[in-house]
Amino acid sequence: MALKDKLHKLKLKYKDTKMSAAYNAIHTFLYMPNETTHSGAHIRAVDDLKRTMNTVIMSLIPCLIFGMFNAGYQHHLAAGEIQAVSNGFFSSEFWAIDNLVVGLWKVLPLVVVSYVVGLVVEIIFATIKKHEVEEGYLVTGMLVPLIVPIDTPLWMLAVAVIFGVVIGKEVFGGTGMNILNPALTIRAFLFFAYPTWMSGDKVWVHGAVERTNEIAEGAQLDAISGETVLGALAQGKEFTYSVSDMFLGFIPGSVGETSAILILLAGLFLIFTKIGSWRIMLSATLGALAMGLIFNGVVHAEWISESSKFYSLMSTEFWHHLIIGGFAFGVVFMATDPVTASQTNKGKWIYGFLIGFISILIRVFNPAYPEGVMLAILLMNVFAPTIDHYVIQGNIKKRMKRLKLKTA
Amino acid sequence: MSKDIRIRKGLDIKLVGEAEKVTVEAIRSNVYAIRPDDFHGIVPKVVAKQGTEVKAGEPLFYSKSNEKMLFPSPVSGEVIEIVRGAKRKILAFKILGDKEQKYADFGAKDIKAMSGDDIKTHLLASGCWPFIKQRPYDVIANPDVAPKAIFISGYTTAPLAADSDYVLEGKEKELQAAVTALSKLTDGKVHISVDKKGNSPLSGIANSIIHNVSGPHPAGNVSVQIAKIDPINKGETVWVVNPQDLIVIGELLLTGKFNAERTIALAGSSVKTPKYFKTKIGAEVSSVVYASGVHDEGNIRVISGDVLTGENVKPDGYLGYYHNAITVIPEGDDYELFGWNKPVFNKISPSRALTFSWLFPNKKYELTTNTNGEHRAFVVTGNYENVFPLDIYPLQLLKACVVNDLDAMEQLGMYEVAPEDFALTEFICVSKQPHQQIIREGLDLMLKEIG
Repeated sequence: MALKDKLHKLKLKYKDTKMSAAYNAIHTFLYMPNETTHSGAHIRAVDDLKRTMNTVIMSLIPCLIFGMFNAGYQHHLAAGEIQAVSNGFFSSEFWAIDNLVVGLWKVLPLVVVSYVVGLVVEIIFATIKKHEVEEGYLVTGMLVPLIVPIDTPLWMLAVAVIFGVVIGKEVFGGTGMNILNPALTIRAFLFFAYPTWMSGDKVWVHGAVERTNEIAEGAQLDAISGETVLGALAQGKEFTYSVSDMFLGFIPGSVGETSAILILLAGLFLIFTKIGSWRIMLSATLGALAMGLIFNGVVHAEWISESSKFYSLMSTEFWHHLIIGGFAFGVVFMATDPVTASQTNKGKWIYGFLIGFISILIRVFNPAYPEGVMLAILLMNVFAPTIDHYVIQGNIKKRMKRLKLKTA
Repeated sequence: MSKDIRIRKGLDIKLVGEAEKVTVEAIRSNVYAIRPDDFHGIVPKVVAKQGTEVKAGEPLFYSKSNEKMLFPSPVSGEVIEIVRGAKRKILAFKILGDKEQKYADFGAKDIKAMSGDDIKTHLLASGCWPFIKQRPYDVIANPDVAPKAIFISGYTTAPLAADSDYVLEGKEKELQAAVTALSKLTDGKVHISVDKKGNSPLSGIANSIIHNVSGPHPAGNVSVQIAKIDPINKGETVWVVNPQDLIVIGELLLTGKFNAERTIALAGSSVKTPKYFKTKIGAEVSSVVYASGVHDEGNIRVISGDVLTGENVKPDGYLGYYHNAITVIPEGDDYELFGWNKPVFNKISPSRALTFSWLFPNKKYELTTNTNGEHRAFVVTGNYENVFPLDIYPLQLLKACVVNDLDAMEQLGMYEVAPEDFALTEFICVSKQPHQQIIREGLDLMLKEIG
């Protein structure tokens, strides 16, 4: 094939030049390289890092599409232009072209900025450090637009992506070496660097911020409330959404995190393909349920009065925690990142359980910022090597014991 | 006495081109070559200079670290060339074989009357010692250290490898002689493992403990069996011998001749009629490969050994000292459009990420040498454990080797492994890391630093 040969010649031309990393990154997207085995086993299984990452991206696509429709839906709903969904997941109010247009207009730029900025940083580092461009950012680049609020300004996102990739990953040595999940580092940076913008209840629905500004300037308009379920609960307000809305995802929130059912399906897909760790997903769910039950128990035992500011989140039924906020998304897509999670199977159980447990803990006790899962995962990222250390010590002790039995 | 060992974790790689159980006499090779690199860690000192006539069994060189350890010529003939590489390192001894083979006479022995030391001296002098390897470090056994046990794996699980039961058939007498002799070299036991479902000539051998092993590859790897039977602790040594080498040892003891004859499997998807051949150690692979015909001659990789652990010897290469198979598979030096994301039906995958080998557990595949991706940092976790039956953390051990952390290597179980145990993790590695090389270098470092 002509294209194949031409690209091959170009590859040879760029070999050992500064351009080679950038060129190969693009070339290998089109063609799987012609590399053959040099040492050890002469044959290799078909899976490579690109395929692994691609599988995760595939599982994110439904969340992205849903997020686009939801962006428009929340916008139009808040503006009072359309009715709330009435007949389940396939409601025509939701899957309307008008909604998609808003979504495309608002979400696609987030995706493009995330990928372009992130990949440029990656390629620059690969060129400086003379290694191939690793695929880590393929998933991060897709995760980032899904976990930020819809009205995040693009320049802010770009700054955060640069920070996340450089400080979160490259300074540690690049893909495979980082301690913190890069996508969450980016989100955490956004939330702590621009708290006045990010922590309000306005950024979650497109248009809410603008409308507020217009009202402040004296326009005679109704304000748009862009509050998330968690935000409302943290302020002691009542639920305004039904459980089915929350499960299906017709609620405000970060772009891709709202639809628990699609995230559940993606999680099952990742487990089926053996790409995602079922141990982490299952144990994190158990951890969240355990913490939820404890809080429900506290409320049930009447150790806390209704006047407490923690009351409404604490009294939220334990299993509702799984479908509100970013918990499901975080557990399925972020906690399972193999680089930053525990690396031993036993460690994964502990790591996952603690993520679920701490997520709900933070959620309830941190009313200023009720999204606990991000902080819980970042915290456990830091502790994952410690968990692994103790798991591996167990193995080492077993070996030492065997030796002692022998010599005794 | 027999015991059952069942291995659950692992992966049987099913490939096209298994050798048919027919043995033919190979065309006599003109030149035989012995490559000192086959004996890992040995620095050769030449005995037979260029132009010397040697008989089969007479030494070509000895080990620099132990001059009693002799390495014999597999055939009689003239040493026509000593091939040297960079820094005058000896790459190969080439021997032009005589038409009429002459054997050095080491004398038939009465094994029962021999002591352990007698046997040791005899094996060293006759050049049979290099057949005995040791754990830790996977090198030729140090004759001055007494092993706690000796292990022989008569169960083959590696893809397309020569079936032990078949190649050992009819050699019971030699096997028994060799095992009896080996049993005098250790205070412990000789452990022989055989295929539980098979009918191994080894299963009736006396002076040993027979273990019936079942399960997927790497159940046939001797490290896995050692870990189940009598794991190696720090400071302990065990010896391992390949069953086909027992035949050579046995024949030496019974007849006094060093007979390097070996039944090898010619296998692989590039071979037209894969079958077994009778040939000798160090023979030209071309004397076997082309006898059966190969598909697409310009695009083949000839491997001495099996596809997981063998060596790329090229069509003009020679059969390795420890190998009993020659595998020929197509080279994969080609690009594949969207190879990284399209659904794949014709390659093996441990996952289900648009790869469908899980749907066809009994299908035989025709794999090439393509790596199916580029070298990357370690990213994915938890997948090596699925194919790694030892009670060791493979990823952590590999990382300890990469950073030369001797303490961690020792604690994590480096004494118990050989490079071949990491062949499967290397096969499934998403990051395409060279596991066997990493482990080999780690073992070498340990041997050098700790000894």
